[in-house]
Amino acid sequence: MSGLVREGLEWVSQATGTRWVAVIGLEVHAQLSTRTKLFCGCAYEFGAEPNTRVCPVCTGQPGSLPVLNAEALELAVRAALALGCEVAPRSKFDRKNYFYCDLPKNYQITQYDRPYCSGGGIDLDSGRRVRLERIHVEEDAGKAIHDRGDATLVDFNRAGVPLIESVTHADLCCPEDAGAYLAALREILVYVGASSADMEKGELRCDVNVSVHPAGEPWRTKVEVKNLNSFSNVEASIEYEIARQVAAWESSDPADHPVQETRLWDAGANRTRTMRKKEGEADYRYFPEPDLPPVSVTPALLEATRALLPELPAARRARYQRELGLSAYDAGVLTAARDVADFFEAAARLSGAPKDACNWITNEVLRALSGDEVAATSVDELPMKPHDLSELIALVRGGTLSASAARQVVRAMMQSGKAAGELVVELGLEQVQDDGELERWCREALAGREAIAAQVREGHEKALGALMGPVMQASKGKANPQKVREILLRLIQEG
Amino acid sequence: MPVALKSNLCCAGVETHCGSKLLAGYRPPYDATCVERLVAAGAVIVGMTHMDEFGMGSSSENSAYGVPRNPWDDARTPGGSSGGSAVAVAAGLVPLALGSDTGGSVRQPASLCGVYGLKPTYGRVSRYGLVAFASSLDVVSPFARSARDLELVLGVISGADERDSTCQPLPPIEPERPAEPRRLTGLRVGVARPYVEAAAPGVRAACDAALARLAQLGAELVPVDLPHTEYAIPTYYVVATAEASSNLARYDGVAYGRRVTGDGTLQGMFAATRDAGFGAEVKRRILLGTYVLSAGYHDAWYGRAQRVRTLVREDFERAFAEVDLVAGPTSPTVAFRLGERAADPIAMYRSDACTVPTSLAGLPALSLPAGFAAAEDGRELPVGLQLVAPALQDARLMRVARALEDVLDAPARRAPAFGGAR
Repeated sequence: MSGLVREGLEWVSQATGTRWVAVIGLEVHAQLSTRTKLFCGCAYEFGAEPNTRVCPVCTGQPGSLPVLNAEALELAVRAALALGCEVAPRSKFDRKNYFYCDLPKNYQITQYDRPYCSGGGIDLDSGRRVRLERIHVEEDAGKAIHDRGDATLVDFNRAGVPLIESVTHADLCCPEDAGAYLAALREILVYVGASSADMEKGELRCDVNVSVHPAGEPWRTKVEVKNLNSFSNVEASIEYEIARQVAAWESSDPADHPVQETRLWDAGANRTRTMRKKEGEADYRYFPEPDLPPVSVTPALLEATRALLPELPAARRARYQRELGLSAYDAGVLTAARDVADFFEAAARLSGAPKDACNWITNEVLRALSGDEVAATSVDELPMKPHDLSELIALVRGGTLSASAARQVVRAMMQSGKAAGELVVELGLEQVQDDGELERWCREALAGREAIAAQVREGHEKALGALMGPVMQASKGKANPQKVREILLRLIQEG
Repeated sequence: MPVALKSNLCCAGVETHCGSKLLAGYRPPYDATCVERLVAAGAVIVGMTHMDEFGMGSSSENSAYGVPRNPWDDARTPGGSSGGSAVAVAAGLVPLALGSDTGGSVRQPASLCGVYGLKPTYGRVSRYGLVAFASSLDVVSPFARSARDLELVLGVISGADERDSTCQPLPPIEPERPAEPRRLTGLRVGVARPYVEAAAPGVRAACDAALARLAQLGAELVPVDLPHTEYAIPTYYVVATAEASSNLARYDGVAYGRRVTGDGTLQGMFAATRDAGFGAEVKRRILLGTYVLSAGYHDAWYGRAQRVRTLVREDFERAFAEVDLVAGPTSPTVAFRLGERAADPIAMYRSDACTVPTSLAGLPALSLPAGFAAAEDGRELPVGLQLVAPALQDARLMRVARALEDVLDAPARRAPAFGGAR
């Protein structure tokens, strides 16, 4: 399968010279961040004891009935609006019938021919747009466990967990498109609070459809790849499939050509393998779910949801650069999580100093959160609030606090939540403005450093830095640097 | 108040087997809403009653646990599928029993056993805890010895339930209390021509006599045509079997009920469990339902049945533009002999010719003891008169039944001692 050279969005076969292009579509399941399951009151928890998050409804006990979780619909609508989809005023649920031991009722409640939304899409940084065909709401299945001895075990905790399945058009052209799309989708879902979208917890699952054809020719047979549990697996599987399919098409024996099938990604072996061929494709016998009335999304719900929608990360990034003069890098760091961006905006607004707020957050706050010097793991959990940071910025700007003292205050604020002014006093960090004391420290610093003083006298003002250090050290950071500078210069000239 | 329950109404900790071997020993972990409400109102659940497996039948013979007999003649069927509950009330074992009516499963046995049976408007009584046969048709329905008792039990079990999304957000059914309960002046009653024409002569005569009593109370009788009635049975057997094929898929031996290991594979276990657990009629309907939903046949069968269902509903809408009630026989015949139709599913399906249309339309319908007709052996057996009202007018049915109760002889007659009639 070697002998394939990538040139932009084409893969050139070294054997035949044929230029191949790839056609890729994604189906992504995202778990909605509801408190309870889609059709019952059970609260799902990742990693809970098997079969402890269940009730008659989600285990499909005879006589039980589903009731739609209004919060799930609201979150689904939020996701749809954030992705620019058109939300249908009326949709319905259907039953998808198939037998498997992890499916308690042996049918899945999903949306077949009238999903709750259609259209929308995501613009990738590459400039390509990935259009969404549709998104629908459905319930998750349980989990079959086959590797514990002879028996298959079933855990129904996950059964009935609300999912949205989004299906893209085949607008992606390369593995990186898939990675970029997933990252953007994930960011949006997390941002609007629709899903935590953690792939490791199975909250975001991706199936890939890939086909290849020589440039300029019609599309060929597509292959579906499942079992992709990380962004890198998604990209690697597409890379692998492109190479595999090109080699298969270039085989002289037509029997080797790709067939319509579902393949599984084997992350250990870094390859895909056949799961099932399509000729035995299941007939799901869809029909409208008689236990649930049609779903209505009223204009009022739509408007209320739209009003609550936060500004999306891409728009925020652009605005931070355009209006606040931040670098693309800083804007990206600040918008990666919604709570950080919200914190930043509040602090920037209160202090009137967006760049200072940015620096404090990117240098101190995010570093502290990623380490273990504070108990909090997110900005929201910090006892320090935006107005605290704003007060700190004002103290620094007003000359009350030096930069190094301010760092101590920020760290203390993140631990205690006390106000900046209070901590300055508590830690004894007010800048020393008293000229007598400052002059004493300066004289001490000059003592025995005649060579440096001479350099300054000859016009090398930068050498002053070597004298500032000892002064700041002696004052434990409390000396006002501007004043120290003035006094040192005066003493040297007088020298 | 002692109450009997059809064995498809979940009663926490009590075996609820739905007449099926597959659910032998199955004890639900929860109470059906109707059971919960009855118990809260002071009822005592005295037992579970026999039924056709999962409600599929019109004679209660499709049961894995034994066949109930008609207390008027124990060689005959009490009807079905809620036969056991009908017998319990007719034999005087309990004053009230609950059944479920999908295509006539309460009204037909009420008719054959000489008791009252009411299928409320679809969505008026919660289905939560009623083991589903055909979800868009199933209605929890009571049997009683008087129209007044029906009013009482419906006042308890009907009304909104947040656990059933198809249950209407309305208060419980309140009885109508007319100033002159014995006068029906101004009531327009449409006599359903196709139901009358389907009925055996004796049944027809008994119904005519009861209708004449209605007229004497002041009601005006006019014929109504209901032109799509003849398509109701085939439509019903497409819609009901389609839903049943999906509803019964859960009986796979995994989480509850009987399990047969089979060849040891997962699919093998499913097949062996279902083969051993389901009876012949249930298998027939699952096959039918699977077929009508299959790719390539879906629209010709399931899709078309939905369109015909609309036509049947519109028949009633047209009729109710002219009349306040529709009336006719509940069952074309009196109770038939056990085994008589067991080998002929189509003959059995026709037992429900007069009850299935109202199920498709979701309308409330009541069967009351109208009189008696001679069977082929000369024995006098009960005949039921069916009254059908527009959606949500359940109380009107009971008001009219109350007025008739006082002027008919049949409601007062009691079945011979259980088994003593022969």
